[in-house]
Amino acid sequence: MKKTPLYEAHLRLGARMVDFAGYLLPLQYTSIVEEHLAVRRAVGVFDVSHMGEFLVRGKEALAFLQWATANDAGKLKVGRAQYSMLPNERGGVVDDIYLYRLGEEEYLMVVNAANIAKDLAHLQALAKGFRVELEDASERTALLALQGPKAASLLQGLTDLDLSQKRKNDVFPARVAGRPARLARTGYTGEDGFELFLAPEDAEPVFLALVEAGAKPAGLGARDSLRLEAGFPLYGHELTEETNPLCTPWAWVVKKEKAFLGKEAMLAQACRERLVGLVLEGGIPREGYRVLSGGRPVGRVTSGGYSPLLQRGIALAYVEEGAEGPFQVEVRGRAVPAALSPLPFVPLK
Amino acid sequence: MDIPKDRFYTKTHEWALPEGDTVLVGITDYAQDALGDVVYVELPEVGRVVEKGEAVAVVESVKTASDIYAPVAGEIVEVNLALEKTPELVNQDPYGEGWIFRLKPRDMGDLDELLDAGGYQEVLESEA
Repeated sequence: MKKTPLYEAHLRLGARMVDFAGYLLPLQYTSIVEEHLAVRRAVGVFDVSHMGEFLVRGKEALAFLQWATANDAGKLKVGRAQYSMLPNERGGVVDDIYLYRLGEEEYLMVVNAANIAKDLAHLQALAKGFRVELEDASERTALLALQGPKAASLLQGLTDLDLSQKRKNDVFPARVAGRPARLARTGYTGEDGFELFLAPEDAEPVFLALVEAGAKPAGLGARDSLRLEAGFPLYGHELTEETNPLCTPWAWVVKKEKAFLGKEAMLAQACRERLVGLVLEGGIPREGYRVLSGGRPVGRVTSGGYSPLLQRGIALAYVEEGAEGPFQVEVRGRAVPAALSPLPFVPLK
Repeated sequence: MDIPKDRFYTKTHEWALPEGDTVLVGITDYAQDALGDVVYVELPEVGRVVEKGEAVAVVESVKTASDIYAPVAGEIVEVNLALEKTPELVNQDPYGEGWIFRLKPRDMGDLDELLDAGGYQEVLESEA
């Protein structure tokens, strides 16, 4: 089991640790609901050092990324970032990623922890035809996510850089609490916030400075409930090797006007199911629960949980294309009415 | 972990408090802490007759759903309707306001088969 540079700090803060993708990470410190609401209403800080970081450099870095990713990396100016996906040759998804352009010929790709080895092998194979250098920097990169409506004002107290000049999806170097960092105005909660890329030895002092300044430590439990409430996909749930992204709410990521791996296969497939958001009348939907309509199963829950803002059970589910509501979710043998909801489930800025 | 001496316990982390010819049933401090934030409680029907060890209610936390078992055989005579609006009572006051249902045992003598506080403490130590 791997530990992040913050392992000891988490224990001192009373975290309940769990195994996630081979890493020991905090599930919660005090309460998932409390941590969730702190991020929605004020500011919380997450250790997401388990995430993978790949550096892509070279004359053909852009050409390589255009082939390997579904979004248009050519639109990225230096200092800007975009959400993207790594398609497979069958039109499915190897991983969903965030791509940051650090320099003229240098990009940073953040990938899911559970997919680091798979993604690296996939990208190395694709890179053979390009003059590009691919480096797995995951082990030497710590990552914190400072999220919430008060994230910017809190962080401004710890850096000399004027954060008011920075927009969503900007990436830039800065010193935080006296330590060198790369900051990005990105996150996975649906709130404003920043992600802080740090050297491992700087992670604990910066994390503790953020906590000292008022950020509530938040664990993986709140990270998952926040992303679900925001209607964001989680790889392995809403997106898999078999998922055609064109049949999901994240079809906007795929830029059909450029060439990329698996494009023809992706375009050739008809969509047999669609992703919906559901709000339950009672009970908490869980992954794998059946979605019913007219007394017959028409789909399945891919992510389910509790929305602290709605105080209801909510789910992302795939249902058959053409299945009309009203829908129910089968909770322990009971068909619980489930209303369709737009995504995100709650209004976000 | 708090384990009041005035009641009985099960290995599955329910408590049973005798009151007249009925018992009040809830989950222990250990159980609520292990579950985390309780966000939904599925209560049984009043009048349902249950066997010892039968799954009677479900306590759902943010992360997981957990069955609550009847500590002895009997009839459900009351449920804690306050949990429909405020399931967090199970976390805040597991031995009091967070009770889940009231059972009328078929035989009050069946309670003697349950654990006392000391016996439950040993269960927790063996799980640690």
